Amino acid sequence: MSVAALPASMPRRRSAVLDFCRQQPLGAISFVIIVVMMFAGVFSEYAAPYNPLDIDFASILAAPSWDHLMGTDAFGRDIFSRIIWGSRTALVIGFTSSFIGSTIGAVLGVASAYFGGKIDDWIQRFVDILLAFPIIVLALVVVAALRKSVLFGIDMNLIYAIAIPIVPRVARVVRAAALSIRVMPYVDAARAAGYSNSRIIFRHMAPNVVAPYLIMFTAFIAQAILLEASLSFLGLGVTEPTPAWGLMLSGNAADFYREAPWMILFPGAAISLAVFAFNLFGDSLRDYLDPRFKT
Amino acid sequence: MLRYTLGRILQMIPTLIGVAVLVFFMLRVIPGDVVEVKLRGDGGNVSQETIDMEKKRLGLDRPLMIQFKDWMVGLATLDLGKSMWTDRPVVEEIGIRLELSFQVAIMATIFAVLIAIPLGTTAALMRGTWVDYVVRIVTIGGLSIPSFWFGMLIMISLLTFFNWLPPITFTPIYVDPIANLTQLIWPALAVGYRYCAVVARMIRSSLLEVLNEDYIRTARAKGVYEKLVISRHALRNALLPAITVIGIEFAFLIGGLVVTEQVFNLNGIGMLFVQSVSRNDFTLIQGMVMMIAAVYVVVNLIVDLLYAVFDPRIRYT
Amino acid sequence: MNSNLTRRSVLMSGAAAVAFGSIVTETTAQGPKKGGTLQFAISAETPHYDNHGSDTYATLHFAAPFYNTLLRFNLDKFPEVQGDLAASHEVAADLMTYTFKLHPGVKFHDGTDLTSADVKASYDRMRNPPAGVVSTRKATFADIGSIETPDPLTVIFKMKAVNASMLEHFASPWNVIYSAKDLTADPNSPKTKVNGTGPFVFVEHVKGSYVAGKRNDSYFKKGLPLLDGFKGVFTLQAAAMLNALQGAQVLAEFRGISPAERDRLVQAMGDKIRIEESSWTLNLLVCFNTEKKPFDDVRVRQALLMAIDRWGGSQGLSRISTLRSVGGVIRPGSPFATPEAELTKLPGFAKDIRASREQAKKLLAEAGVPDLKFTLWNRNLAMPYTPAGIFLVDQWRQIGVTVEHKQSDTAPYLAHMNAGNHDVAIDFSNLFMDDSSLGLAKYLSVARAPENRSRHKDAELDKIYDEHLRERDPEKRKAMIRAFEKRAFEMAYQQPILWWHRIVPSHKTVMGWKMSPSHNLGAQLEEVWLNA
Repeated sequence: MSVAALPASMPRRRSAVLDFCRQQPLGAISFVIIVVMMFAGVFSEYAAPYNPLDIDFASILAAPSWDHLMGTDAFGRDIFSRIIWGSRTALVIGFTSSFIGSTIGAVLGVASAYFGGKIDDWIQRFVDILLAFPIIVLALVVVAALRKSVLFGIDMNLIYAIAIPIVPRVARVVRAAALSIRVMPYVDAARAAGYSNSRIIFRHMAPNVVAPYLIMFTAFIAQAILLEASLSFLGLGVTEPTPAWGLMLSGNAADFYREAPWMILFPGAAISLAVFAFNLFGDSLRDYLDPRFKT
Repeated sequence: MLRYTLGRILQMIPTLIGVAVLVFFMLRVIPGDVVEVKLRGDGGNVSQETIDMEKKRLGLDRPLMIQFKDWMVGLATLDLGKSMWTDRPVVEEIGIRLELSFQVAIMATIFAVLIAIPLGTTAALMRGTWVDYVVRIVTIGGLSIPSFWFGMLIMISLLTFFNWLPPITFTPIYVDPIANLTQLIWPALAVGYRYCAVVARMIRSSLLEVLNEDYIRTARAKGVYEKLVISRHALRNALLPAITVIGIEFAFLIGGLVVTEQVFNLNGIGMLFVQSVSRNDFTLIQGMVMMIAAVYVVVNLIVDLLYAVFDPRIRYT
Repeated sequence: MNSNLTRRSVLMSGAAAVAFGSIVTETTAQGPKKGGTLQFAISAETPHYDNHGSDTYATLHFAAPFYNTLLRFNLDKFPEVQGDLAASHEVAADLMTYTFKLHPGVKFHDGTDLTSADVKASYDRMRNPPAGVVSTRKATFADIGSIETPDPLTVIFKMKAVNASMLEHFASPWNVIYSAKDLTADPNSPKTKVNGTGPFVFVEHVKGSYVAGKRNDSYFKKGLPLLDGFKGVFTLQAAAMLNALQGAQVLAEFRGISPAERDRLVQAMGDKIRIEESSWTLNLLVCFNTEKKPFDDVRVRQALLMAIDRWGGSQGLSRISTLRSVGGVIRPGSPFATPEAELTKLPGFAKDIRASREQAKKLLAEAGVPDLKFTLWNRNLAMPYTPAGIFLVDQWRQIGVTVEHKQSDTAPYLAHMNAGNHDVAIDFSNLFMDDSSLGLAKYLSVARAPENRSRHKDAELDKIYDEHLRERDPEKRKAMIRAFEKRAFEMAYQQPILWWHRIVPSHKTVMGWKMSPSHNLGAQLEEVWLNA
């Protein structure tokens, strides 16, 4: 649908949000899902019917019912409550790691593009080295080696472990975006006119990288949630009894697939849905913000 | 072209050295060592002297810089040392498992590429239609579904609906192709779904970019058959970035393999990696990381060279 | 056979009187059949083949079929011992001399004859390992003075001091006999080379995949083994192992599975699967690091122990994990275990949990730490360490104590505890027999017992232990063990949470395998046959 098709009497400045919803319906749906998740994460205490840590040996492995919407696990803990609390874990880890990783990556990318020369070389070298590591080994070593510091019950070293692989990937993309500005003559002109580095960076380069930054930030929230799930599955991420979706799939959950398939189905579906929503949202955002794709 | 190639090869070396340094020092930071796990892991009450003696034998008591020097010297001569857990050469330990993982990786790649190209192309050509939406949902699904969960679901479905399980020990494909394929097709699927999604999305977006280019508009204006426009002009140019992605994702399949091999109990590189990490078998971890870094760097080189071959502008920068 | 050992006769009658769980037995119309290859699952892969230097069942399940020991446990009448390589054995009345007469005509797989020199070489290696050789049971044989070999079929062990458990130690499954020739050539050859006298000959080991052996046709026990061969498949994930059992790709797993896994197999396979159960010589302990405040205060330690509802908790835990039996320092149900009536008097074992918890809260308040916060250090294994940790956190929550549960892989888990950095940890005790010389060793002062995770020093405990080792009268010994237990628990350094329960699954076609309280026993497979 193009702007030209709108009746001429409509006000020119339409809300960007409404515009977005119309152009990218999938994006709007995913946004709604994200909002629901965030709601569940922020208001877990009220949204969850049970305390996620409450052990109840009398009703272990119970099937979904009105009492326990998603059934109970091997300890009798309500799965629905654990999923709700799990969204808090996922969102905190997702947002924080992605934010730290993307921001550091963006700073490195812009610095690399702006200063060029030796600095660019060294930063690129560093980025190359980081990219050559399998995510798992990087994540493992950071988790194990850094001294634990806990924020909201989440290991900060887990967050650093997930943030670090994000840095080089964002740095790469942001550098490319910033470079395309760098070569424009007006940057040289600004330099020649004596504007300080930081002013040039913030006034000219930065706005150009905001779009890719936002898109990567969203995309990497999805990656971070997935990475946390994998790490917890391997036993390296969040530990019991903290409710976390990946953790709910690990250990001997798979052993109960016959008598309690809900133990595996719901957490996996939650991870998939969350990551899906963020990915779709990032995708739609990119489609919306990229001027070349406006018909 | 030759100069460009040589230049790129030379650039590989500092990266590999950087990786070697980083991985060595990062590992030594971890608390706990392989000797403790070996001798006390199951509750044995070994004396401290025994532990110290074993540590000495493995060279773990020497100063850090000496161990580092040995490691770097060994690297230069392509000697990756011996696993601290089994005392067998690292190369041997990796070699035994490489065939399986490599085969799964190749199968996943074939599956991914065969499906991704038509999928991505269709989505790009029919942009905005329901076909595009469906493909987008399917591919984003591939990125979102944890591959280990997908693998679990596959195994459980096989058991519940068919009461059948894939073979539990590995037979090479030239010995018994049926046993081999029926075992490896499932992990290849589990890992391949995500791979396919990434490639399909890349093809879609790069094809969309190309389709907006001037020369496509010109070709269309000239009245060239649409099919020819697509296949001769658009696809060829769109494939190049896709090849980059295929290459890089292949090098990183190891990440997917690490969890997937756990789920399917496969004796591959991923499983070896998790085990060596949980045992603090430094030499084996170092060896594996170097191997993966080398693969990544070489793949990058090949991709860059391909770019240079297809896009003459690059050669001359 | 000398019968002067009243202790052993107690054990024999004790074993008869005290059941070790239910064993499902079937009678078959025919007798044992020869032939077939047994494919079974091994849940861990051993790093090397030397049982002298290993403490994991992974090495035993791998290598035991290739070797023999001097004596072994008679699994029909556990813990009685019977000869393996020894045709007969004699123990002097004063317990200072052990004489073994070997079977004639025993050959190693490479064709050489077994003589007493091989036995001597193997035991010398265990008690005095040469440089570069690891012997994990060196301390066990410290009491041996000398080993004499007057003729090729006789071995005489002369002790330096009385050790009432010595005979059981000779039956340890780890004490396999190697060829003296191999050991002289290379003391570490057993790590990579398999040359034994056992019922099976080594065929191949495909790393990460399986180990295979075939029948030893010149085995010295006529008519054995019954199988043509075996294949031990490494299934490193429990889910994979269960799937393989269900799919009949492996016919048994000889370590033990959890109740949930058992239920799944029974549901899926009906009467094709046989389940054998027994209490297990394994337990998990909770240990307080006495070198850290406030765990140096005995009131705090006692309070934390009293908050744990063992009797109630075991109901739930036994349904979802291998934890089951409430017991003290000795495996409950075995001859020397403390009866329930006495056990409930000790801190942590009272049945009235409400009163215990009130008492615990009072003690904490007295000690000045009513809202205690600490980290529980645990191993990163799903069964049963994770449930144990979750359980403890929940129990302590009920007396207002906030606990953070931290799990980690084996290597950092051990390192952290070795360095004494933990507050409270879950430790494990893995014994192959019930004998108190093994079971009590954990509670000795940390200078003597490196595996003491509460790092306490208690001279009195050490004294009782040393005396009881030399005590030959079983009643007196029992009394000493009780005294030891009472002191250890009143000082509350560390205490078993629960003892485990062993559940072994096997297809009904697998016959002749014998259940026992330890997964380290019964791995030789010489009497196993397939009723296909």
